Amino acid sequence: MPENSVSADLQTGSDKMVEWTDFERDTIKDIFSRIEYDVVGPAALARCLVVYPWTQRYFGGFGNLYNAAAIKGNPMVSKHGTTIMHGLDRAVKNLDDIENTYTELSVLHSEKLHVDPDNFKLLADCVTIVVAAQLGKEFTGEVQAAFQKFLAVVVSSLGRQYH
Amino acid sequence: MTTLTAKDKQTVKAFWAKVSGKSEDIGADAVARMLVVYPQTKIYFSHWPDQSPNSPAARKHGITVMMGVGDAVTKMDDLKEGLKELSQLHAFTLRVDPGNFKILSHNILVVMAVMFPTDFTPDVHVSLDKFLAAVSLALSEKYR
Repeated sequence: MPENSVSADLQTGSDKMVEWTDFERDTIKDIFSRIEYDVVGPAALARCLVVYPWTQRYFGGFGNLYNAAAIKGNPMVSKHGTTIMHGLDRAVKNLDDIENTYTELSVLHSEKLHVDPDNFKLLADCVTIVVAAQLGKEFTGEVQAAFQKFLAVVVSSLGRQYH
Repeated sequence: MTTLTAKDKQTVKAFWAKVSGKSEDIGADAVARMLVVYPQTKIYFSHWPDQSPNSPAARKHGITVMMGVGDAVTKMDDLKEGLKELSQLHAFTLRVDPGNFKILSHNILVVMAVMFPTDFTPDVHVSLDKFLAAVSLALSEKYR
């Protein structure tokens, strides 16, 4: 697999650590230090629910998700979006061991929440789009590559405990 | 997944009207990002003396691609028919693996977010994503 492939089959077996260049580490930490979790999270989750409406299946208890305006204004969506960003933060703080960091979260998403792991990539793409909108021209191709690589590792780790 | 509703068509046309003035920059940036973020796509451009993302050849290619997208906007009521020749080109001459259409589409969406953060709302995003998927499907039509 080419290094920067963001396919969901990124192979991160436990005997093969993900290697980060200095640029990638610095870029990922820089992005997360600059974005507001309670802005990006809600925007990304709302966008996912609009762009990929079948993902609404996991949020039956969230009330009104009838249209984009309702989704955007829904306080449960906002709160959950922020929660997701804090979850990503754990990976940022443990770049060299994202897989183990996410073992419990992966079990949770599989056994309790029953989330189709293909849907992780959909949310990841929405996070990318929202961060791109926030950073504008500073979201260069190189920055995008580092950020998408990070999200690919996150997505892969979250899918690892599915059986 | 690819049937465009009347709302999708209206949304895409309105958004395109706003952004088409920058279509060259959009295309150039989308292709540049594709070459950087998905380096495997470079294999299609091995004939370029300079394969770097900001080379004149890459920019020119971005412009070409975006002109195709703009053309598709005018043909969105029958993309299969409207993009027939382009499909033949991609199928028989270029032989681009159709998986790459999705990659380029993703990068077009990223560029829209970068350049038009306020206008590229979730509603615009979903319609544009559907439109690009429909274009990709029409481009794949003649493959086999």
